[in-house]
Amino acid sequence: MIRDITIGQYFNSTSPVHRLDARMKIILTLIFIISIFLCKNFASLGLMVAFAFFIVLLSKVPLKMVLKSMKPIAIIVVFTSLLNIFYIRGGTPLIDWKFIHITSNGIFTALFMAVRIASLVVVSSMLTYTTTPTMLTDGLEKLLSPLKLFKIPVATLAMMMTLALRFIPTLVDEIDRITNAQKARGANLDDGNFIQRVKALVPIIVPLFISSIRRAYELADAMDCRCYTGGPGRTRMKQMKFHASDFVSLGIMAIFIAGIVVLNHFFGAVLVK
Amino acid sequence: MPVLVLDGVTHLYNKGLPTEKKAIENINLSVEKGELVGIIGHTGSGKSTLMQHLNGILKPDTGTVIVDGADIWGNKKAVREARFKVGLCFQYPEYQLFEETVYKDIAFGPKNMGLRDNEVNKRVLRAADYVGLSRELLDKSPFDLSGGEKRRVAIAGVIAMEPKVLVLDEPTAGLDPRGRDKILDMIKNYREATESTVLLVSHSMEDVARVASKVLVMNKGKVEMFGTVEEVYAHSGELRKIGLNVPQVSKVFEILKSKGLDLGTVYTVDKAAQLILERGGAVK
Ligand SMILES: Nc1ncnc2c1ncn2[C@@H]1O[C@H](COP(=O)(O)OP(=O)(O)OP(=O)(O)O)[C@@H](O)[C@H]1O
Ligand SMILES: [Mg+2]
Repeated sequence: MIRDITIGQYFNSTSPVHRLDARMKIILTLIFIISIFLCKNFASLGLMVAFAFFIVLLSKVPLKMVLKSMKPIAIIVVFTSLLNIFYIRGGTPLIDWKFIHITSNGIFTALFMAVRIASLVVVSSMLTYTTTPTMLTDGLEKLLSPLKLFKIPVATLAMMMTLALRFIPTLVDEIDRITNAQKARGANLDDGNFIQRVKALVPIIVPLFISSIRRAYELADAMDCRCYTGGPGRTRMKQMKFHASDFVSLGIMAIFIAGIVVLNHFFGAVLVK
Repeated sequence: MPVLVLDGVTHLYNKGLPTEKKAIENINLSVEKGELVGIIGHTGSGKSTLMQHLNGILKPDTGTVIVDGADIWGNKKAVREARFKVGLCFQYPEYQLFEETVYKDIAFGPKNMGLRDNEVNKRVLRAADYVGLSRELLDKSPFDLSGGEKRRVAIAGVIAMEPKVLVLDEPTAGLDPRGRDKILDMIKNYREATESTVLLVSHSMEDVARVASKVLVMNKGKVEMFGTVEEVYAHSGELRKIGLNVPQVSKVFEILKSKGLDLGTVYTVDKAAQLILERGGAVK
C-alpha cells in the first residue's frame, strides 16, 4: 500500500515535457489547475481532459504509472461523488423514491467533481514525474525569490523541500524493510481491532524514527563537511535558462485557456439554478 | 525427508511496470534436515530475494515453497506457520530493534507465537546464551549497545522462536574480524546443539567454508552450483568468472602447488595452519 504513494517520484525519460524549464512547468501547472475549475460544461471539460491526456502522451510517462498515482485517491473520488449524487438538489428530478432523491444536477456535479479531482492529481503528478526534485525546488526558489524582500529565507526553505522530497523514496523503502523484518518475527499487522492495529505499528515506527534521526545527523555532517552554510552568495552549478520551447508551451497554454473560455460561452453552464 | 523444498520459484519485482525486474528465476532446491547451507553470489544475484521466499515474506510469481512437507501458500494459516517454522534474520537486523530492554526485544517473536510467559522466559534466556549475551545486558536498552552486540540481540530475537530452519542474511556484514568470528562460532554451536537446519548468506567464501556443510552458488538470479564445499570450491575457474573468489589461502596453496610444493587443498586459515604444522612435523 505504501508503495502506491507516488508523490515526488521522477520518471526518467527525454521528452519535450521533461526538457521544459522547471519554472515554466510550475507556472503552467498552476494555470492548468485553475483551468480545471473554469470548465462549466461538458464541452470545456472534454477539452481539458483531452489536453491533459495530450500532455501525458507527450511526456512518454507510461499510462500505467499515471493511473497508479490515482489509486490512493480513488476512495475520496468515489465517496464525494456518492455524496454529490444524493445530496445536490436542483435541475430535473430523475429519481424520487422515499428518501432517495436524485437530480440531474446531482449527477452532473458528481461527474464534474470526479473528473476534476482526477485531472488535478494527474496534472500535478505530471509535474513531479517529469521534473527532478532538484530542478523542482530550484524552480520554486527562483519563482519565490521576490519574497526575500520580506526577509523570508527562500533558499533555506527550498533546500528543506529538496531534502524532504529526496527522502520520501528512502523512507518508503525503510518502512518496507522494517515491516518485513517484524513480520518475520510474527508481527501481525493485518488483523485485530483498531487499538491492536495501532499498537502493532509501534515495532515499525520506533525503528523508523531512530533511523531517520540517525540519517538526519549523518546528512548534516555530510553537508558540514562540504562547507554548506546556505544563505546568500550560494551559486548554482546549473543555471536555469528559458528556451524558445518554453514560450511556445506558454502560447499553447494560452490557446487552451482561450478554447475553454469560448466553449464555456457557447455551450452554457450545465448546472441549472 | 527434506525440510525445505523449492520448486521452480520465480520472482519479479515491480511486475507489469517498466521497471520490472526478474530477481530470481526457476529456482529448484532441496535442503535436508540438519544441514548448514552457505549461500554465496555476487551482489544483486538474488540471495536476499530468495531468502525472503522461505518464510512467505515474498510470494513467488510461479513455483512452490514447501516447508516441512506443507506448501506455505497452500492456505492462509500456512503462511503464518511458515513465519515461525523458518526464522529469517534480515541483512543489518540491528535496525529492527524497538523495545525498551533487550529482554523484551528478544521476547517479541515468542510472544507473537502466543506462548505462555514462563515458556517465553525460558526461550529468551536460552537464545541469549546461544548468542553469548550476558544476563546484565538483558535489562539494558538495546540502543545503548555496540553494533556487534545489537546484531547478536537481533539474531537472538529470531533464535528465540526456535525455528526449524534458521535463515541468516549476511549476519557478519560490517563487523570487525572478532565480531565476525563470534557470530560464526555461535552459528556453528547453535546448529550442533539444536540439530536445526541453517541457511547462511555470505559474501565471504572463507566464512562459508568455515561453517557450511553445503554451498549454494547464485548467479544472476539462478542457481549456478549446489554441492558440498569441496565440490563447489574445486570449480575455482567458474567461480571467478561470476565474480566470486575462492579464499585467499586457497589461492596461496594453489600457487605453492604450481611451484612444486603440494600441501593439499584448504579453504580456511585454521586448516592451512594445521596442514603447514603437520608438514613441518610439529603436530603428529
Ligand atoms: N524491492 C525491490 N524492488 C525492485 N528491485 C529489487 C528490490 N529488491 C531487490 N531488487 C533487485 O533484485 C535483484 C536481486 O536483489 P537481491 O537483494 O536479492 O540481491 P542480493 O544477492 O541479496 O545482493 P546483495 O549481496 O547486495 O545483498 C537486484 O538486481 C535488485 O536490484
Ligand atoms: Mg542481500
